[in-house]
Amino acid sequence: MNAIQLQLDLGRSSFHLKVDLHLPAQGISVIYGPSGSGKTTLLRCVAGLETQARGRVQVGLDVWQDDSLGVSLPTAQRPLGYVFQEASLFAHLDVAANLSYGLKRSHARNQQMVLDEAIALLGIGELLHRRTDQISGGERQRVAIARALATQPKLLLLDEPLASLDSARKQDILPWLEKLRDELKIPMLYVTHAADEVVRLADTLVVMDAGQVRAVGPVTEVLSNSDLPLVVGDDVGALIEGHVQDLDKQWHLAQVRISKASSGVAGEGNPTHISIWVRNSGLQIGQPVRLRVLARDVSITLEEAQNTTIQNHLPCVVESVHAESHPSQVLLRLRCGELLLLARVTARGAHDLGLQVGTQAWAQVKSVALVK
Amino acid sequence: MHLTTEDLSAIFLTLQLASVTTVLLLLIATPIAWWLAHTQSGWRAPIAALVALPLVLPPTVLGFYLLIALGPLGPIGRFTQWAGWGSLAFSFSGLVLGSMIYSLPFAVQPLVNAFEAMGSRPMEVAATLRANKLDAFFTVAIPLAKPGFVMAAMLSFAHTVGEFGVVLMIGGNIPDKTRVVSTQIYGHVEAMEYAQAHGLAGAMLVFSFVVLLVLSWVNRRRTQTAI
Repeated sequence: MNAIQLQLDLGRSSFHLKVDLHLPAQGISVIYGPSGSGKTTLLRCVAGLETQARGRVQVGLDVWQDDSLGVSLPTAQRPLGYVFQEASLFAHLDVAANLSYGLKRSHARNQQMVLDEAIALLGIGELLHRRTDQISGGERQRVAIARALATQPKLLLLDEPLASLDSARKQDILPWLEKLRDELKIPMLYVTHAADEVVRLADTLVVMDAGQVRAVGPVTEVLSNSDLPLVVGDDVGALIEGHVQDLDKQWHLAQVRISKASSGVAGEGNPTHISIWVRNSGLQIGQPVRLRVLARDVSITLEEAQNTTIQNHLPCVVESVHAESHPSQVLLRLRCGELLLLARVTARGAHDLGLQVGTQAWAQVKSVALVK
Repeated sequence: MHLTTEDLSAIFLTLQLASVTTVLLLLIATPIAWWLAHTQSGWRAPIAALVALPLVLPPTVLGFYLLIALGPLGPIGRFTQWAGWGSLAFSFSGLVLGSMIYSLPFAVQPLVNAFEAMGSRPMEVAATLRANKLDAFFTVAIPLAKPGFVMAAMLSFAHTVGEFGVVLMIGGNIPDKTRVVSTQIYGHVEAMEYAQAHGLAGAMLVFSFVVLLVLSWVNRRRTQTAI
Protein backbone atom coordinates (compact mmCIF):
# COMPACT_ATOMS: atom_id res chain seq x y z
CA MET A 1 0.00 0.00 0.00
CA ASN A 2 1.61 3.22 -1.11
CA ALA A 3 0.25 5.53 1.53
CA ILE A 4 1.10 7.30 4.73
CA GLN A 5 -0.44 5.74 7.80
CA LEU A 6 -0.40 7.61 11.05
CA GLN A 7 -1.91 6.21 14.22
CA LEU A 8 -0.68 8.31 17.06
CA ASP A 9 -1.55 8.89 20.66
CA LEU A 10 0.08 11.46 22.89
CA GLY A 11 -1.34 12.48 26.26
CA ARG A 12 -0.39 15.82 27.72
CA SER A 13 -1.70 17.49 30.82
CA SER A 14 -3.66 20.07 28.84
CA PHE A 15 -4.64 18.16 25.73
CA HIS A 16 -4.64 14.76 24.13
CA LEU A 17 -3.58 14.06 20.56
CA LYS A 18 -5.27 11.02 19.09
CA VAL A 19 -5.28 10.52 15.34
CA ASP A 20 -5.74 7.71 12.87
CA LEU A 21 -4.97 8.92 9.37
CA HIS A 22 -4.41 7.34 6.00
CA LEU A 23 -3.05 9.87 3.57
CA PRO A 24 -2.04 9.49 -0.06
CA ALA A 25 1.72 9.28 -0.51
CA GLN A 26 1.69 12.04 -3.06
CA GLY A 27 0.91 15.72 -3.28
CA ILE A 28 0.44 18.09 -0.39
CA SER A 29 -1.64 17.06 2.59
CA VAL A 30 -2.47 20.25 4.44
CA ILE A 31 -3.14 19.92 8.16
CA TYR A 32 -5.42 22.78 9.06
CA GLY A 33 -6.90 23.88 12.35
CA PRO A 34 -6.90 26.60 14.99
CA SER A 35 -3.90 27.26 17.24
CA GLY A 36 -3.55 24.60 19.86
CA SER A 37 -5.40 21.96 17.85
CA GLY A 38 -2.34 19.73 17.75
CA LYS A 39 -1.17 20.29 14.17
CA THR A 40 2.45 20.91 15.05
CA THR A 41 2.44 18.17 17.67
CA LEU A 42 1.20 15.73 15.03
CA LEU A 43 4.05 16.71 12.74
CA ARG A 44 6.58 16.36 15.55
CA CYS A 45 5.23 12.89 16.35
CA VAL A 46 5.69 11.83 12.72
CA ALA A 47 9.28 13.09 12.88
CA GLY A 48 9.93 11.25 16.14
CA LEU A 49 10.62 14.48 18.01
CA GLU A 50 7.91 13.71 20.57
CA THR A 51 9.41 10.70 22.28
CA GLN A 52 6.33 10.14 24.45
CA ALA A 53 4.07 9.53 21.45
CA ARG A 54 2.85 5.98 20.96
CA GLY A 55 1.37 4.34 17.89
CA ARG A 56 2.35 3.60 14.36
CA VAL A 57 3.96 5.61 11.58
CA GLN A 58 4.32 4.03 8.18
CA VAL A 59 5.43 5.83 5.02
CA GLY A 60 5.04 3.73 1.91
CA LEU A 61 6.49 0.36 2.84
CA ASP A 62 8.76 1.70 5.58
CA VAL A 63 7.64 1.40 9.18
CA TRP A 64 9.18 4.22 11.20
CA GLN A 65 7.37 3.47 14.39
CA ASP A 66 5.22 0.63 15.64
CA ASP A 67 5.08 0.48 19.38
CA SER A 68 3.13 -2.78 19.31
CA LEU A 69 6.31 -4.29 17.82
CA GLY A 70 8.62 -2.18 19.96
CA VAL A 71 9.92 -0.34 16.90
CA SER A 72 10.59 3.36 17.01
CA LEU A 73 13.34 4.86 14.90
CA PRO A 74 15.05 7.92 16.32
CA THR A 75 14.53 11.09 14.28
CA ALA A 76 17.99 10.87 12.73
CA GLN A 77 17.12 7.51 11.16
CA ARG A 78 13.79 8.58 9.67
CA PRO A 79 14.29 9.60 6.03
CA LEU A 80 12.34 12.83 6.32
CA GLY A 81 12.85 16.51 5.73
CA TYR A 82 11.53 18.98 8.31
CA VAL A 83 11.04 22.69 7.75
CA PHE A 84 10.39 24.55 10.99
CA GLN A 85 8.30 27.67 11.36
CA GLU A 86 11.38 29.81 11.85
CA ALA A 87 13.99 28.79 9.33
CA SER A 88 16.27 27.56 12.14
CA LEU A 89 19.41 27.73 10.05
CA PHE A 90 22.61 26.97 11.93
CA ALA A 91 24.04 30.37 12.82
CA HIS A 92 27.63 29.10 12.98
CA LEU A 93 27.57 27.88 9.38
CA ASP A 94 27.17 29.77 6.12
CA VAL A 95 24.40 28.94 3.68
CA ALA A 96 26.46 26.37 1.75
CA ALA A 97 27.50 24.57 4.94
CA ASN A 98 23.89 24.57 6.15
CA LEU A 99 22.85 22.95 2.87
CA SER A 100 25.50 20.26 3.03
CA TYR A 101 25.02 19.45 6.72
CA GLY A 102 22.23 16.96 6.12
CA LEU A 103 23.45 15.95 2.68
CA LYS A 104 26.76 14.68 4.09
CA ARG A 105 24.91 12.58 6.62
CA SER A 106 22.34 11.11 4.27
CA HIS A 107 23.31 8.09 2.27
CA ALA A 108 22.20 9.73 -0.92
CA ARG A 109 23.93 8.95 -4.15
CA ASN A 110 24.92 11.67 -6.57
CA GLN A 111 25.16 14.09 -3.67
CA GLN A 112 26.43 17.01 -5.75
CA MET A 113 23.62 16.54 -8.24
CA VAL A 114 20.99 16.40 -5.52
CA LEU A 115 22.37 19.54 -3.95
CA ASP A 116 22.55 21.40 -7.27
CA GLU A 117 18.95 20.45 -8.00
CA ALA A 118 17.74 21.69 -4.64
CA ILE A 119 19.67 24.94 -5.09
CA ALA A 120 18.26 25.46 -8.58
CA LEU A 121 14.73 24.50 -7.56
CA LEU A 122 14.66 27.13 -4.81
CA GLY A 123 16.72 29.75 -6.61
CA ILE A 124 19.32 30.23 -3.89
CA GLY A 125 22.50 29.90 -5.97
CA GLU A 126 23.42 33.51 -5.23
CA LEU A 127 23.31 33.04 -1.48
CA LEU A 128 25.69 30.15 -0.96
CA HIS A 129 28.54 32.07 0.61
CA ARG A 130 26.45 34.41 2.71
CA ARG A 131 26.11 34.14 6.44
CA THR A 132 22.67 33.14 7.62
CA ASP A 133 22.07 36.52 9.25
CA GLN A 134 22.82 38.31 5.99
CA ILE A 135 19.82 37.01 4.06
CA SER A 136 16.13 37.90 4.25
CA GLY A 137 13.41 35.93 6.01
CA GLY A 138 12.03 34.55 2.75
CA GLU A 139 15.50 33.53 1.62
CA ARG A 140 16.19 31.84 4.93
CA GLN A 141 13.03 29.80 4.56
CA ARG A 142 13.99 28.79 1.02
CA VAL A 143 17.43 27.72 2.25
CA ALA A 144 15.75 25.70 5.01
CA ILE A 145 13.55 23.95 2.45
CA ALA A 146 16.52 23.24 0.16
CA ARG A 147 18.50 21.94 3.15
CA ALA A 148 15.70 19.50 3.93
CA LEU A 149 15.37 18.45 0.27
CA ALA A 150 19.10 17.80 -0.03
CA THR A 151 18.77 14.76 2.23
CA GLN A 152 16.44 13.19 -0.37
CA PRO A 153 13.61 12.67 2.11
CA LYS A 154 10.77 10.25 1.52
CA LEU A 155 8.42 12.63 3.29
CA LEU A 156 8.68 16.38 3.67
CA LEU A 157 7.17 17.92 6.81
CA LEU A 158 6.53 21.66 6.78
CA ASP A 159 5.40 23.40 9.95
CA GLU A 160 3.82 26.74 9.02
CA PRO A 161 6.80 27.62 6.86
CA LEU A 162 5.26 30.95 5.87
CA ALA A 163 3.81 32.02 9.21
CA SER A 164 6.78 34.10 10.26
CA LEU A 165 6.87 36.00 6.96
CA ASP A 166 5.01 39.16 6.06
CA SER A 167 2.48 38.96 3.27
CA ALA A 168 4.81 40.21 0.52
CA ARG A 169 7.48 37.64 1.45
CA LYS A 170 4.79 35.02 1.58
CA GLN A 171 3.76 35.80 -1.98
CA ASP A 172 7.45 35.42 -2.91
CA ILE A 173 7.72 31.94 -1.54
CA LEU A 174 4.33 30.39 -2.40
CA PRO A 175 5.30 29.85 -6.06
CA TRP A 176 8.39 27.93 -4.91
CA LEU A 177 6.21 25.64 -2.86
CA GLU A 178 3.90 25.07 -5.83
CA LYS A 179 6.95 24.26 -7.90
CA LEU A 180 8.02 21.70 -5.32
CA ARG A 181 4.64 20.07 -5.43
CA ASP A 182 4.54 19.98 -9.21
CA GLU A 183 8.12 18.88 -9.85
CA LEU A 184 9.00 16.56 -6.99
CA LYS A 185 7.34 13.31 -6.22
CA ILE A 186 7.92 13.73 -2.50
CA PRO A 187 4.72 13.71 -0.45
CA MET A 188 4.39 16.63 1.95
CA LEU A 189 2.57 17.19 5.22
CA TYR A 190 2.00 20.91 5.48
CA VAL A 191 0.75 22.49 8.68
CA THR A 192 -0.96 25.86 8.45
CA HIS A 193 -3.78 27.94 9.82
CA ALA A 194 -3.80 30.30 6.83
CA ALA A 195 -6.78 29.96 4.49
CA ASP A 196 -4.98 31.15 1.38
CA GLU A 197 -2.36 28.42 1.78
CA VAL A 198 -5.09 25.78 2.15
CA VAL A 199 -6.95 26.70 -1.03
CA ARG A 200 -3.76 27.21 -3.00
CA LEU A 201 -1.64 24.27 -1.98
CA ALA A 202 -3.78 21.48 -0.58
CA ASP A 203 -4.48 18.28 -2.47
CA THR A 204 -5.66 16.51 0.64
CA LEU A 205 -7.06 18.42 3.59
CA VAL A 206 -6.92 17.28 7.21
CA VAL A 207 -8.96 19.41 9.58
CA MET A 208 -7.91 19.18 13.21
CA ASP A 209 -9.45 20.40 16.40
CA ALA A 210 -8.57 19.71 20.03
CA GLY A 211 -6.12 16.96 19.14
CA GLN A 212 -8.58 15.10 16.92
CA VAL A 213 -9.13 14.84 13.19
CA ARG A 214 -12.51 16.37 12.32
CA ALA A 215 -12.40 15.80 8.57
CA VAL A 216 -10.05 14.37 5.99
CA GLY A 217 -10.25 13.93 2.23
CA PRO A 218 -9.56 15.60 -1.09
CA VAL A 219 -9.59 19.33 -0.48
CA THR A 220 -12.43 20.05 -2.91
CA GLU A 221 -14.58 17.47 -1.17
CA VAL A 222 -13.84 18.55 2.38
CA LEU A 223 -14.50 22.21 1.59
CA SER A 224 -17.84 21.46 -0.10
CA ASN A 225 -19.06 19.32 2.74
CA SER A 226 -21.96 21.19 4.28
CA ASP A 227 -22.16 18.77 7.23
CA LEU A 228 -18.98 20.40 8.38
CA PRO A 229 -19.11 23.94 7.11
CA LEU A 230 -15.45 24.81 7.19
CA VAL A 231 -14.80 28.48 7.40
CA VAL A 232 -11.57 29.01 5.55
CA GLY A 233 -10.76 32.69 5.52
CA ASP A 234 -13.94 34.79 5.46
CA ASP A 235 -16.57 32.23 4.69
CA VAL A 236 -17.42 28.68 3.73
CA GLY A 237 -17.21 27.98 0.04
CA ALA A 238 -16.44 25.42 -2.61
CA LEU A 239 -13.01 24.90 -4.11
CA ILE A 240 -13.06 23.94 -7.76
CA GLU A 241 -10.32 22.65 -10.01
CA GLY A 242 -10.38 23.06 -13.76
CA HIS A 243 -8.46 24.34 -16.72
CA VAL A 244 -8.85 27.26 -19.05
CA GLN A 245 -10.86 26.27 -22.10
CA ASP A 246 -11.52 29.52 -23.89
CA LEU A 247 -10.71 33.20 -23.70
CA ASP A 248 -13.02 36.13 -24.44
CA LYS A 249 -10.47 38.71 -25.44
CA GLN A 250 -12.97 41.51 -25.93
CA TRP A 251 -14.32 41.31 -22.39
CA HIS A 252 -11.19 40.03 -20.67
CA LEU A 253 -12.82 36.85 -19.49
CA ALA A 254 -11.65 33.26 -19.38
CA GLN A 255 -13.82 30.18 -19.51
CA VAL A 256 -12.78 27.49 -17.07
CA ARG A 257 -13.89 23.94 -17.66
CA ILE A 258 -14.30 21.99 -14.49
CA SER A 259 -12.00 19.01 -14.77
CA LYS A 260 -12.06 17.61 -11.32
CA ALA A 261 -14.73 18.65 -8.94
CA SER A 262 -15.71 17.03 -5.73
CA SER A 263 -15.37 13.30 -5.99
CA GLY A 264 -18.26 11.04 -5.26
CA VAL A 265 -20.85 9.96 -7.76
CA ALA A 266 -20.71 11.78 -11.05
CA GLY A 267 -24.16 13.37 -11.08
CA GLU A 268 -26.58 10.83 -12.49
CA GLY A 269 -24.48 10.16 -15.55
CA ASN A 270 -25.00 13.72 -16.69
CA PRO A 271 -22.36 14.21 -19.39
CA THR A 272 -22.70 17.98 -19.67
CA HIS A 273 -19.49 19.78 -19.03
CA ILE A 274 -19.74 22.52 -16.52
CA SER A 275 -17.79 25.67 -17.18
CA ILE A 276 -17.45 28.96 -15.37
CA TRP A 277 -16.40 32.40 -16.61
CA VAL A 278 -13.77 34.19 -14.61
CA ARG A 279 -11.89 37.43 -14.89
CA ASN A 280 -8.88 36.92 -17.12
CA SER A 281 -5.69 38.05 -15.50
CA GLY A 282 -3.19 36.74 -18.02
CA LEU A 283 -4.45 33.17 -18.22
CA GLN A 284 -3.45 30.83 -21.06
CA ILE A 285 -5.61 28.21 -22.70
CA GLY A 286 -5.03 24.82 -21.12
CA GLN A 287 -3.65 26.27 -17.90
CA PRO A 288 -4.83 24.48 -14.74
CA VAL A 289 -6.54 26.74 -12.25
CA ARG A 290 -8.27 26.61 -8.90
CA LEU A 291 -11.39 28.64 -8.23
CA ARG A 292 -13.08 29.42 -4.98
CA VAL A 293 -16.80 30.16 -4.84
CA LEU A 294 -17.97 31.44 -1.46
CA ALA A 295 -21.40 30.37 -0.23
CA ARG A 296 -22.55 33.99 0.12
CA ASP A 297 -21.86 34.63 -3.59
CA VAL A 298 -24.23 31.93 -4.83
CA SER A 299 -27.96 32.58 -5.23
CA ILE A 300 -30.72 30.42 -6.63
CA THR A 301 -33.45 30.77 -9.25
CA LEU A 302 -35.97 28.16 -10.27
CA GLU A 303 -35.65 28.99 -13.97
CA GLU A 304 -32.63 30.21 -15.83
CA ALA A 305 -32.58 33.95 -15.39
CA GLN A 306 -32.66 35.87 -18.66
CA ASN A 307 -32.14 39.51 -17.88
CA THR A 308 -29.28 39.55 -15.45
CA THR A 309 -25.73 40.77 -15.38
CA ILE A 310 -24.60 37.60 -13.68
CA GLN A 311 -22.58 35.51 -16.13
CA ASN A 312 -22.47 32.13 -14.48
CA HIS A 313 -25.73 30.16 -14.33
CA LEU A 314 -25.46 26.48 -13.62
CA PRO A 315 -28.29 23.93 -13.57
CA CYS A 316 -28.22 22.10 -10.29
CA VAL A 317 -29.99 19.87 -7.83
CA VAL A 318 -30.33 20.67 -4.14
CA GLU A 319 -28.48 17.94 -2.27
CA SER A 320 -28.94 19.08 1.28
CA VAL A 321 -30.33 21.92 3.35
CA HIS A 322 -28.71 22.95 6.63
CA ALA A 323 -29.78 25.43 9.24
CA GLU A 324 -27.30 28.24 9.79
CA SER A 325 -26.28 29.76 13.09
CA HIS A 326 -28.64 32.67 12.42
CA PRO A 327 -32.23 31.42 11.82
CA SER A 328 -32.79 33.75 8.86
CA GLN A 329 -30.25 31.82 6.77
CA VAL A 330 -29.89 28.35 5.35
CA LEU A 331 -26.88 26.71 3.77
CA LEU A 332 -27.58 24.61 0.67
CA ARG A 333 -25.37 22.11 -1.00
CA LEU A 334 -25.91 22.06 -4.75
CA ARG A 335 -24.79 19.48 -7.23
CA CYS A 336 -24.18 20.85 -10.71
CA GLY A 337 -23.16 17.80 -12.66
CA GLU A 338 -19.84 16.83 -11.15
CA LEU A 339 -19.49 20.08 -9.35
CA LEU A 340 -20.53 20.77 -5.77
CA LEU A 341 -21.34 24.29 -4.66
CA LEU A 342 -22.41 25.76 -1.35
CA ALA A 343 -25.00 28.52 -1.30
CA ARG A 344 -26.11 30.62 1.65
CA VAL A 345 -29.56 32.08 1.08
CA THR A 346 -32.29 33.55 3.27
CA ALA A 347 -34.55 30.96 4.82
CA ARG A 348 -37.63 32.85 3.60
CA GLY A 349 -36.33 32.83 0.03
CA ALA A 350 -35.72 29.10 0.20
CA HIS A 351 -39.20 28.58 1.60
CA ASP A 352 -40.87 30.78 -1.06
CA LEU A 353 -39.15 28.84 -3.82
CA GLY A 354 -40.01 25.55 -2.13
CA LEU A 355 -36.38 24.48 -2.10
CA GLN A 356 -35.80 21.07 -0.60
CA VAL A 357 -33.62 18.09 -1.23
CA GLY A 358 -34.03 17.04 -4.86
CA THR A 359 -35.33 20.36 -6.18
CA GLN A 360 -34.02 21.20 -9.66
CA ALA A 361 -32.88 24.81 -9.85
CA TRP A 362 -30.25 27.17 -11.22
CA ALA A 363 -27.30 28.40 -9.28
CA GLN A 364 -26.21 31.96 -10.04
CA VAL A 365 -22.62 32.67 -9.16
CA LYS A 366 -22.01 36.32 -8.48
CA SER A 367 -18.30 36.17 -7.87
CA VAL A 368 -15.47 33.69 -8.35
CA ALA A 369 -12.01 34.02 -6.88
CA LEU A 370 -9.08 32.67 -8.80
CA VAL A 371 -6.81 31.23 -6.15
CA LYS A 372 -4.18 29.79 -8.44
CA MET B 1 59.77 47.22 40.40
CA HIS B 2 61.74 44.05 39.96
CA LEU B 3 60.69 40.48 40.52
CA THR B 4 62.78 37.92 42.36
CA THR B 5 63.24 34.40 41.05
CA GLU B 6 60.82 33.32 43.73
CA ASP B 7 58.25 35.76 42.38
CA LEU B 8 58.77 34.50 38.84
CA SER B 9 58.48 30.92 40.01
CA ALA B 10 55.21 31.79 41.75
CA ILE B 11 53.89 33.47 38.60
CA PHE B 12 54.88 30.51 36.45
CA LEU B 13 53.28 28.05 38.87
CA THR B 14 50.10 30.14 39.00
CA LEU B 15 49.76 30.18 35.23
CA GLN B 16 50.45 26.47 35.08
CA LEU B 17 47.86 25.75 37.75
CA ALA B 18 45.25 27.96 36.11
CA SER B 19 45.82 26.42 32.67
CA VAL B 20 45.63 22.81 33.82
CA THR B 21 42.62 23.57 35.99
CA THR B 22 40.79 25.36 33.16
CA VAL B 23 41.31 22.56 30.64
CA LEU B 24 40.24 19.82 33.04
CA LEU B 25 37.38 21.90 34.33
CA LEU B 26 35.89 22.51 30.87
CA LEU B 27 35.97 18.77 30.22
CA ILE B 28 34.05 18.10 33.41
CA ALA B 29 31.78 21.15 33.37
CA THR B 30 30.47 20.55 29.83
CA PRO B 31 28.52 17.35 30.57
CA ILE B 32 27.37 18.73 33.94
CA ALA B 33 26.13 21.94 32.30
CA TRP B 34 24.44 20.03 29.49
CA TRP B 35 22.66 17.86 32.00
CA LEU B 36 21.61 20.85 34.13
CA ALA B 37 20.33 22.71 31.06
CA HIS B 38 18.22 19.82 29.78
CA THR B 39 17.18 17.55 32.61
CA GLN B 40 13.72 17.52 34.09
CA SER B 41 14.88 15.25 36.88
CA GLY B 42 14.13 16.07 40.48
CA TRP B 43 17.88 15.92 41.13
CA ARG B 44 18.46 19.09 39.16
CA ALA B 45 17.98 21.51 42.06
CA PRO B 46 20.22 19.69 44.58
CA ILE B 47 22.96 19.14 41.98
CA ALA B 48 22.78 22.78 40.88
CA ALA B 49 23.08 23.86 44.51
CA LEU B 50 26.04 21.55 45.06
CA VAL B 51 27.81 22.96 41.99
CA ALA B 52 27.17 26.51 43.19
CA LEU B 53 28.34 25.80 46.75
CA PRO B 54 31.92 27.08 46.24
CA LEU B 55 30.42 30.49 45.43
CA VAL B 56 29.19 31.03 48.97
CA LEU B 57 31.39 28.77 51.06
CA PRO B 58 34.42 30.43 52.71
CA PRO B 59 37.47 29.05 50.87
CA THR B 60 38.89 27.95 54.19
CA VAL B 61 35.92 25.66 54.76
CA LEU B 62 36.38 24.13 51.34
CA GLY B 63 40.12 23.87 51.93
CA PHE B 64 39.60 22.30 55.34
CA TYR B 65 37.34 19.55 54.03
CA LEU B 66 39.64 18.95 51.08
CA LEU B 67 42.60 18.67 53.41
CA ILE B 68 40.78 16.07 55.46
CA ALA B 69 39.69 14.18 52.37
CA LEU B 70 43.13 14.27 50.76
CA GLY B 71 44.99 13.39 53.96
CA PRO B 72 46.22 9.85 54.68
CA LEU B 73 43.01 8.96 56.55
CA GLY B 74 40.59 10.70 54.18
CA PRO B 75 38.71 8.81 51.44
CA ILE B 76 40.65 10.39 48.58
CA GLY B 77 43.94 10.04 50.49
CA ARG B 78 43.35 6.34 51.08
CA PHE B 79 42.58 5.82 47.45
CA THR B 80 45.62 7.72 46.16
CA GLN B 81 47.87 5.84 48.58
CA TRP B 82 46.35 2.53 47.57
CA ALA B 83 46.95 3.48 43.95
CA GLY B 84 50.57 4.27 44.79
CA TRP B 85 50.37 8.05 44.17
CA GLY B 86 50.99 9.02 47.78
CA SER B 87 49.06 11.86 49.37
CA LEU B 88 47.81 14.74 47.23
CA ALA B 89 47.82 17.17 50.13
CA PHE B 90 50.57 19.80 49.78
CA SER B 91 51.15 18.80 46.14
CA PHE B 92 50.49 20.41 42.79
CA SER B 93 47.92 17.72 41.90
CA GLY B 94 46.10 18.48 45.13
CA LEU B 95 46.06 22.15 44.19
CA VAL B 96 44.59 21.32 40.78
CA LEU B 97 41.85 19.25 42.40
CA GLY B 98 41.09 21.99 44.93
CA SER B 99 41.08 24.68 42.23
CA MET B 100 38.71 22.66 40.07
CA ILE B 101 36.19 22.37 42.87
CA TYR B 102 36.68 25.99 43.84
CA SER B 103 36.17 27.29 40.27
CA LEU B 104 33.50 24.76 39.21
CA PRO B 105 30.55 27.18 39.32
CA PHE B 106 32.47 29.68 37.18
CA ALA B 107 32.83 27.08 34.44
CA VAL B 108 29.40 25.47 34.75
CA GLN B 109 27.18 28.55 34.94
CA PRO B 110 28.19 30.25 31.64
CA LEU B 111 27.82 26.91 29.88
CA VAL B 112 24.37 26.29 31.37
CA ASN B 113 23.34 29.78 30.24
CA ALA B 114 24.69 29.17 26.74
CA PHE B 115 22.98 25.78 26.40
CA GLU B 116 19.70 27.14 27.74
CA ALA B 117 19.80 30.15 25.42
CA MET B 118 20.33 27.80 22.50
CA GLY B 119 17.16 25.88 23.32
CA SER B 120 16.30 22.47 21.95
CA ARG B 121 15.65 23.59 18.39
CA PRO B 122 19.19 23.35 16.92
CA MET B 123 19.54 19.79 18.19
CA GLU B 124 16.13 18.91 16.73
CA VAL B 125 17.06 20.42 13.40
CA ALA B 126 20.29 18.43 13.42
CA ALA B 127 18.31 15.25 14.14
CA THR B 128 16.02 15.88 11.16
CA LEU B 129 19.21 16.28 9.11
CA ARG B 130 20.32 12.76 10.09
CA ALA B 131 22.82 13.70 12.80
CA ASN B 132 22.78 11.41 15.84
CA LYS B 133 22.95 13.02 19.28
CA LEU B 134 26.72 12.84 19.77
CA ASP B 135 27.38 14.08 16.25
CA ALA B 136 24.93 16.95 16.73
CA PHE B 137 26.47 17.82 20.09
CA PHE B 138 29.93 18.29 18.60
CA THR B 139 28.92 19.84 15.28
CA VAL B 140 26.04 22.05 16.43
CA ALA B 141 25.77 22.51 20.19
CA ILE B 142 29.44 23.18 20.94
CA PRO B 143 30.00 25.63 18.05
CA LEU B 144 26.80 27.49 18.92
CA ALA B 145 27.80 27.67 22.58
CA LYS B 146 31.30 28.93 21.77
CA PRO B 147 30.89 32.31 23.53
CA GLY B 148 29.79 30.38 26.60
CA PHE B 149 32.94 28.28 26.43
CA VAL B 150 35.12 31.36 26.02
CA MET B 151 33.52 32.94 29.04
CA ALA B 152 33.72 29.75 31.11
CA ALA B 153 37.41 29.37 30.28
CA MET B 154 38.29 32.96 31.08
CA LEU B 155 36.34 33.02 34.32
CA SER B 156 37.80 29.70 35.47
CA PHE B 157 41.31 30.81 34.60
CA ALA B 158 40.99 34.19 36.30
CA HIS B 159 39.24 32.80 39.33
CA THR B 160 41.91 30.13 39.77
CA VAL B 161 44.64 32.74 39.49
CA GLY B 162 42.93 34.71 42.22
CA GLU B 163 42.31 31.93 44.72
CA PHE B 164 44.00 32.11 48.07
CA GLY B 165 42.19 30.39 50.89
CA VAL B 166 41.97 26.93 49.39
CA VAL B 167 45.58 27.09 48.22
CA LEU B 168 46.79 28.06 51.63
CA MET B 169 44.83 25.27 53.31
CA ILE B 170 45.79 22.40 51.04
CA GLY B 171 48.91 23.68 49.31
CA GLY B 172 50.95 24.70 52.27
CA ASN B 173 52.81 27.46 50.42
CA ILE B 174 55.82 25.35 49.39
CA PRO B 175 58.16 27.25 47.03
CA ASP B 176 58.18 25.89 43.45
CA LYS B 177 55.53 23.31 44.33
CA THR B 178 52.51 25.07 45.71
CA ARG B 179 53.46 28.70 46.20
CA VAL B 180 51.33 30.75 43.83
CA VAL B 181 51.12 34.50 43.32
CA SER B 182 48.44 35.14 45.92
CA THR B 183 50.32 33.29 48.68
CA GLN B 184 53.58 34.89 47.57
CA ILE B 185 52.02 38.33 48.02
CA TYR B 186 50.82 37.26 51.45
CA GLY B 187 54.35 36.16 52.26
CA HIS B 188 55.81 39.48 51.14
CA VAL B 189 53.38 41.42 53.25
CA GLU B 190 54.02 39.25 56.28
CA ALA B 191 57.74 39.91 55.81
CA MET B 192 57.09 43.65 55.41
CA GLU B 193 58.46 43.52 51.80
CA TYR B 194 55.95 46.06 50.54
CA ALA B 195 57.79 46.89 47.33
CA GLN B 196 57.72 43.24 46.29
CA ALA B 197 54.07 42.95 47.26
CA HIS B 198 53.29 46.03 45.16
CA GLY B 199 54.85 44.53 42.07
CA LEU B 200 52.89 41.31 42.22
CA ALA B 201 49.66 42.89 43.43
CA GLY B 202 49.81 45.47 40.64
CA ALA B 203 50.33 42.73 38.07
CA MET B 204 47.30 40.85 39.43
CA LEU B 205 45.21 44.01 39.31
CA VAL B 206 46.05 44.67 35.67
CA PHE B 207 45.52 41.03 34.75
CA SER B 208 42.08 40.87 36.37
CA PHE B 209 41.02 44.13 34.74
CA VAL B 210 42.08 42.92 31.29
CA VAL B 211 40.20 39.65 31.76
CA LEU B 212 36.99 41.47 32.66
CA LEU B 213 37.43 43.88 29.75
CA VAL B 214 37.88 41.05 27.25
CA LEU B 215 34.89 39.24 28.74
CA SER B 216 32.64 42.22 28.23
CA TRP B 217 33.79 42.44 24.58
CA VAL B 218 33.05 38.76 24.09
CA ASN B 219 29.64 39.27 25.64
CA ARG B 220 28.82 42.22 23.46
CA ARG B 221 29.83 40.41 20.31
CA ARG B 222 27.63 37.52 21.32
CA THR B 223 24.53 39.63 21.75
CA GLN B 224 25.21 41.23 18.38
CA THR B 225 25.49 37.97 16.50
CA ALA B 226 22.43 36.56 18.19
CA ILE B 227 19.39 36.67 15.96
